[in-house]
Amino acid sequence: MSFELETAANRENLRRVAIDPVSRVEGHGKVTLLLDDAGHVKEARLHIVEFRGFEKFIQGRPYWEVPVMVQRLCGICPVSHHLAAAKALDPVVGALTVTPTADKLRRLMHYGQILQSHALHFFHLASPDLLFGFESPVQQRNIVGVAGAWPEVAKKGVLLRKFGQEVIRITTGKRVHGTGAVPGGVNRSLSATERDSLLADADRVIEWSREAVHLARQLHETNAALYDDFGLFRSHLLSLVRADGALDLYDGHLRLRDARGQIVRDAIPCADYDQHIVEEVKSWSYMKFPFIKDLGPARGWYKVGPLARVQNCDFIPSPLAEVERQDFIARGEGEPIHAPLAYHWARMIEMLHAAEIIRELLDDPDLLSDQRMADGPRGREGVGIIEAPRGTLIHHYRVGEDDLVSYCNLIVSTTHNNQAMNEAVRQVARRYLDGRQLTEGLLNHIEVAIRAFDPCLSCATHALGKMPLVVELHGPDGAQLDRAERGG
Amino acid sequence: MKQFLLDGQPVPFEDGQSILEAARQAGHYIPSLCWHQDFPAHGSCKLCIVKAAGRHVSACATPAKEGWEVESDTPEMNGERRALLQMLFVEGNHFCPSCEKSGNCELQALGYEYEMLTSRFRHFFPDRPVDASHPDVLLDFNRCIFCELCVRASRDVDGKAVFALTGRGINKHLVVNAESGRLGDTDFSKDDLAARICPVGVILPKGRGFAVPIGERTYDGQSIREQKLKEEES
Repeated sequence: MSFELETAANRENLRRVAIDPVSRVEGHGKVTLLLDDAGHVKEARLHIVEFRGFEKFIQGRPYWEVPVMVQRLCGICPVSHHLAAAKALDPVVGALTVTPTADKLRRLMHYGQILQSHALHFFHLASPDLLFGFESPVQQRNIVGVAGAWPEVAKKGVLLRKFGQEVIRITTGKRVHGTGAVPGGVNRSLSATERDSLLADADRVIEWSREAVHLARQLHETNAALYDDFGLFRSHLLSLVRADGALDLYDGHLRLRDARGQIVRDAIPCADYDQHIVEEVKSWSYMKFPFIKDLGPARGWYKVGPLARVQNCDFIPSPLAEVERQDFIARGEGEPIHAPLAYHWARMIEMLHAAEIIRELLDDPDLLSDQRMADGPRGREGVGIIEAPRGTLIHHYRVGEDDLVSYCNLIVSTTHNNQAMNEAVRQVARRYLDGRQLTEGLLNHIEVAIRAFDPCLSCATHALGKMPLVVELHGPDGAQLDRAERGG
Repeated sequence: MKQFLLDGQPVPFEDGQSILEAARQAGHYIPSLCWHQDFPAHGSCKLCIVKAAGRHVSACATPAKEGWEVESDTPEMNGERRALLQMLFVEGNHFCPSCEKSGNCELQALGYEYEMLTSRFRHFFPDRPVDASHPDVLLDFNRCIFCELCVRASRDVDGKAVFALTGRGINKHLVVNAESGRLGDTDFSKDDLAARICPVGVILPKGRGFAVPIGERTYDGQSIREQKLKEEES
């Protein structure tokens, strides 16, 4: 199926404008706009131009390699893939429940990941737009410009990220691409010295995270007309929540709210995800389009990530972040907030939550225990779902009798947000670009909308063999002579 | 006692000792991959290449001679070793990031030791499916460097002759001595010497991945040069 502005009726006679590459996001993507003679937008698409193919080449590899191999999907949130894979493979080694030490060390690792990734996104990638303005001089619109104009903001952003990276280093052995989680548990505990080194900074990190929430909120409230309306579209909200409805970024069950905030699916066990979520492929993108099966592709798409999570849960189980969540919810006046720029505010609330959880975990003696591994009767299949910084991340594996992976399905956070990001791009194109002379600043509006989702484009493209393909043969006069299509 | 000069340093030796054995015994490191103190010299990996009396020779397979001047730890010889390592890396599929042997792998450790910063040559990307037919041991042929340590250990110590190299030149590859070609159809055991002698990540116990954290693996805290000399002392 096709959405409004997804495919122009008469594409041949339109002027093409490309934003290539989209900057200050993870991975490589581009936006194409097709405009008529009067400058009216007839088509707007976010394309993912790289291809990774992990789903295919993980097949035939031994299962114990998988958590370390799949984290190479990403250099920003490798821990999320590492943990989702380890969780999926726990049942394969019979660890239906991991030990308290393993659970808490994995959580510590994960919340360190959330903290560093959210800090990176807000301060390094998004804040130049938000602090200087979308059309400010491009030479200034970057983290170096922020460091010059707001040195304290930039410094705290860098140090917050550093702390998150340090949590990851201590739990996995390296800041990027370590080896902490293994199927059935973890391979190391914390030493008292390591714990104390993190504790020394933990309270300051909470305070700085709180300041970051207030900065994001202040930006939103100061420019309310812009922030509430920019790229606005309504959709379902999908995320994990804990059994009691609390925000839980490591584990839980799936919950779906509709655009008006009603819970329409709840308590979906992770293992049943594929009964509810299916993916559509389109000929113009390497990234698939997931939707809720029985709602169909037109109505069943949704958004994931901080904006969905903070509003999908019933409460946040850490006191300072819960106060901030309530203020955030109050702004919606009984309705969910759908504004893409509100992602930033919600993201900072989650960063504060992560800082509080890290502080709480560091007091737990289980982190120092050597009860790291669990096992039991072997299984052959597992699903691991985790809330990665950018949203719900699904890993699903089947393992043969010979211990080799026979099936792998990855639905990555950014893939869930594919339709949502395209919708935001189209809203911005309609509102800000339609009929106008395009400038760099105007085109940056499109990028601002995409950046709000903090997409990780390199994580999201894997479906080798399922990819739709269109080949068109054009004559010297531009007329289409032949066309072949596969899939889609 | 007889002696030769290794990079200008006198190295004593006994008759019959190779340049490599005498050097290691005297506390001088000459690298190797296919050499093992319990087996006759093999001379295939060529990492121990030195210049003796003006000629390039394998230090593991060349008996030391009185009065020789041997060049080993020089920019020229180390450059040749680096090129050999680069060739070994591109001939197989060595994806260190997800290899369980990473940190314990001699090939990887030598890559660090000889400052191999690029692969330099075009990758072959050979198609070598893994053999997961054995209940306890996985064979990942992608990482084989043809040192024949498993071949020799299985034949000469385990008495089973489970492995062999077949094919010639660029088509050389490791095979399993069974009609089916599968390890599961042999009498190979995880307790065999051949199961634990591989210097790279071809022969690995099943179900065990990354159990040893980063920082605690053999070459995390010390170079292969330091580790091998320490082994020599003990």
